[in-house]
Amino acid sequence: MADAKKKAKSKYTADRGIPGAFEGETVNRRRLMTLTAHGAGGIAAAAFTLPVLGFAAGSAIFERPDPIWSPVGKPTDFPMDTYVPKVITVVAGVGDVGKTTAYVRRYNPEIDSAKYQDFIALSTRCNHLGCPVRYTDASKKFICPCHGGVYDFEGKVDGGPPVRPLDRFYTRVRNGQLEIGPRYSVNGELRRFPSYRDPGQDLDGIGQYLYPGRFSTPRVN
Amino acid sequence: MPKLPKPPLPPVPNALLPTPDRPGENQRLKPLDQAKEAGISAADWVDERTSISGGVRWALFRKVPKGTNWFYTLGSATMFAFLSQAMTGVFLAMYYRPDATGGAYESVRYLTNEVFMGEFVRGMHRWGSSVMVILLFLHMGRTFFFGAYKYPRELNWVIGVVLLVLTMTMSFTGYLLPFDQRSYWATVVGVNINGTGPHIGPYLSDFLRGGAEFGATTLSRFYAIHMLLVPGALAALIGAHLYLVAKLGTTAPPWMKAETNDELRKETV
Repeated sequence: MADAKKKAKSKYTADRGIPGAFEGETVNRRRLMTLTAHGAGGIAAAAFTLPVLGFAAGSAIFERPDPIWSPVGKPTDFPMDTYVPKVITVVAGVGDVGKTTAYVRRYNPEIDSAKYQDFIALSTRCNHLGCPVRYTDASKKFICPCHGGVYDFEGKVDGGPPVRPLDRFYTRVRNGQLEIGPRYSVNGELRRFPSYRDPGQDLDGIGQYLYPGRFSTPRVN
Repeated sequence: MPKLPKPPLPPVPNALLPTPDRPGENQRLKPLDQAKEAGISAADWVDERTSISGGVRWALFRKVPKGTNWFYTLGSATMFAFLSQAMTGVFLAMYYRPDATGGAYESVRYLTNEVFMGEFVRGMHRWGSSVMVILLFLHMGRTFFFGAYKYPRELNWVIGVVLLVLTMTMSFTGYLLPFDQRSYWATVVGVNINGTGPHIGPYLSDFLRGGAEFGATTLSRFYAIHMLLVPGALAALIGAHLYLVAKLGTTAPPWMKAETNDELRKETV
């Protein structure tokens, strides 16, 4: 018995002692029919399962929407030393659900360590779990009502559970109006990550590798 | 109470007393018996064509161990909570509109405040969801503390854990549907918690929201998951869970001692 196991099996069904085997065949008819039926069933099931999975996940994960630019006022309306709250649209066509608040001010060389654009537009989305933060002028800090996250005037984490500074928005000036575009994320050193991350996703150290950029964030040229 | 002696019959002429039928005479059935016969023959008709009575007897007329107590009803209680959720949910869907631009909130307001019994049916669904989760954990605790997850019932424990996860998914997706401030922000937070999973988290969030931002399709996605995808899986797995309960039987409580069979002992010694 041990010898029989070691010996390679013949590829012919007749040699393997299968009942009803024909001379010279390598797969008997019953096995062929079984495999054909299972294969056809598998293909039929895949034919309706794969399209719906692609339908559910495809455009959600891989479709890149166009950036939306919301005009918020004349560039001279925005001071250097405090923020002006402006309501902008981040998703079109869903009414209030698609709106969010941006805190906008002019770049201030005495305070800001990183300069990307002439205006600084901070997102109100807390980077702990996404609640809306509020700017308190008396303390010059952003405070989150949910779990006590605190950010300083520049948007860097000052205390509490948030994992990275407040996200920012791209800005541009068109037709004499300051326009606010899509957001981008920054890490602890205010390095820019154009494909913005969701709250709770750390971007310092190993975090930037654990939480890759996505295909679903608008791209600014 | 002592038995009272039977009083004598009142003096009635024989002609007024009911006479018993002679054997073989008056074979007509009374209406109640006729109805009983009709029921039996209808059940027989189905059984002859399906043999379902064997399966029903196998599933329902099982031997249960000594010591079975009220704690063993927690599983059925959870199942009835699910059935209540399914039934109320189906009828809530008749009025609900998953429209993120304001229609969803308005439809919930309408069915709560305007529709006859709307507040009651919605209340059953809303509070019943908590009842189901509480019963589920009590059932799980009973199974754990009675050691009922051990061989050969491990697979039933695994199915039960999947049912727990699916129930949590139902709670999470159902929470968004009223589409008020609490729903919205709870879902934002919940989706972001999903997103903190390394590597696949960001894409899982995109899948749940239908994009990088909470948008037009998020609500309809959650609605489809809440009322079609997960309930189907829940019902199928509850079927598998019950099949295994019927197949493997229930366990005795841990404080019951195993009965020794003295005759067997005599023969082995």
